Amino acid sequence: MKPEYKIISDLIEKDAKVLDVGCDDGTLMEFLKTNKNANIRGIEISKEKVQICIAKGLTVIEGNAEFDLKQFPNDSFEYVVLGQTLQAFINPETVIRELLRVGNKAIVTIPNFGHWKVRLNLLFKGTMPITNSLPHDWYNTPNIHMCTIKDFVRFSKIINFKIFKSLALINENVSDINNSNLIFKNLFGELGIFLIEK
Amino acid sequence: MNIKQNIKTLIVEKPLKLDCGQTINNFPLAYETYGSLNNEKDNAILVFHALTGDQFVTGINPVTKKDGWWSYAVGSGKSIDTDKYFVICANVIGGCMGSFGPSHENPKTKKIYGTDFPVITINDMVNAQINLLDFFGIKKLFSVVGGSMGGMQVLQFISNYPDKAKTAIPIACTSSHSAQNIAFNELGRQAIAADHNWSDGDYNSKNIVPDKGLAVARMAAHITYLSKKGLQEKFGRKLQERDDLKFGFDADFQIESYLRYQGSVFVDRFDANSYLYITRAMDYFDLVKQFNGNLSDAFKNTKAKFFIISFTSDWLYPTQENKDIVIALNAVGANVGFVEIESDKGHDSFLLNVPDFLKALKNFLDKSYAEKNL
Repeated sequence: MKPEYKIISDLIEKDAKVLDVGCDDGTLMEFLKTNKNANIRGIEISKEKVQICIAKGLTVIEGNAEFDLKQFPNDSFEYVVLGQTLQAFINPETVIRELLRVGNKAIVTIPNFGHWKVRLNLLFKGTMPITNSLPHDWYNTPNIHMCTIKDFVRFSKIINFKIFKSLALINENVSDINNSNLIFKNLFGELGIFLIEK
Repeated sequence: MNIKQNIKTLIVEKPLKLDCGQTINNFPLAYETYGSLNNEKDNAILVFHALTGDQFVTGINPVTKKDGWWSYAVGSGKSIDTDKYFVICANVIGGCMGSFGPSHENPKTKKIYGTDFPVITINDMVNAQINLLDFFGIKKLFSVVGGSMGGMQVLQFISNYPDKAKTAIPIACTSSHSAQNIAFNELGRQAIAADHNWSDGDYNSKNIVPDKGLAVARMAAHITYLSKKGLQEKFGRKLQERDDLKFGFDADFQIESYLRYQGSVFVDRFDANSYLYITRAMDYFDLVKQFNGNLSDAFKNTKAKFFIISFTSDWLYPTQENKDIVIALNAVGANVGFVEIESDKGHDSFLLNVPDFLKALKNFLDKSYAEKNL
């Protein structure tokens, strides 16, 4: 189980109605079902992963979040979770808007491209960074819109959504991100976790 | 027609007002069951058959002596596990396997109905079958399941009886029969009507059958159940028991021979007038129109858990039409899962050995059944 799942779970109230966008094999869904008694649905693009979810008894719709979120009416869910996939969408802005239309709140996690290892990788090797959380080569990566924690904070001001809570994951430890430590967290955070609202 | 032995029949006494305006009562509804109903009566699954199916879902069909139409999916240890669930399937009204249909005698005229039989709809079929619940003393079905026309019946059933099933599995179907599908059905009906033997539907009194017309109808329909890729891989341009073309109109190609065979075996088991009536029922099916253009309203009162399944190579009931149902369900916050199964076998995929499909069906049912609080 990914370390951020516990953190995501802590951000969600008990019995909440939740949509997990890009729910993968349903690990987070199961965790939220057990720990938060969440009424949880998933949307997943991979047929194999959908099959795994069905085998776990989870309610999942095969679909592409970029196009298929529009089928949900406004405020269908209390929380919509988007785990480490924002960077893979053609139009992240549309996706964020859709998340916040479909859900009252959204939890978005992003692998931080501002992490020092990524920076050093590019600085010294002069090639596109390959790290544990970003294992792909530039030509076969699904991550076409990488951003940093700082970029995401700026993004919130540009397209106008509220960041309710922002957390950084460093060596499996979670810490708050605020204005005064943003530069530091942007350098050391492996993952940014944001609870956002319209 | 075959001698119909071993057919269980419920005589429905309660009057049923059909969509066409006529009311029928004391009519036969032929059914079959598999497995056993538990003490809680919470393990019943009502299976709806497709256009040319019947109540003999699995095992050997006692009339045709062939495997039941859903033998891959239904049986001991299978997706719809008869060791666990009590499976009920009825022959649709308008059909020809014992349920009230055009080959029955009209009590008023003492003649076979033929085309005097009332036009029936998917709604009528479902309203006839609801009587099986009372008959077995079942308050709520565990599931309603069906593919193609069976899937349409699932949708209509939930719409009519929102609290009568815990889960619903419409497979490879649509909420509104498309122009293309109406066109194919019309082709089949016109093939039957063009057979001189059809005699405007009165062939029974003359002891003849419009077998050629019905066979052509079946051949044309059969093509629509397959995919181009599937046909190409299975038959290609392979020749039928010959080394070269014969420069004539015999079945040179295996595909021709195959279709002729499919046509010929079909006429032995199916009634031409039933084919007309059932295809008509499919064409009239438009759940969207029934709810004034808003399909979601058909499902707004149900708490049933849905699982919708489509197939990549099904061009008769393509994924998008199945997804439209998912969208309508999501619009009312229904509990709905959806998967599109990869298969080259076309619309027929749901009837065949498609492991991903069979696995998904089994997992959904078994996991849902384990959730007792559903």
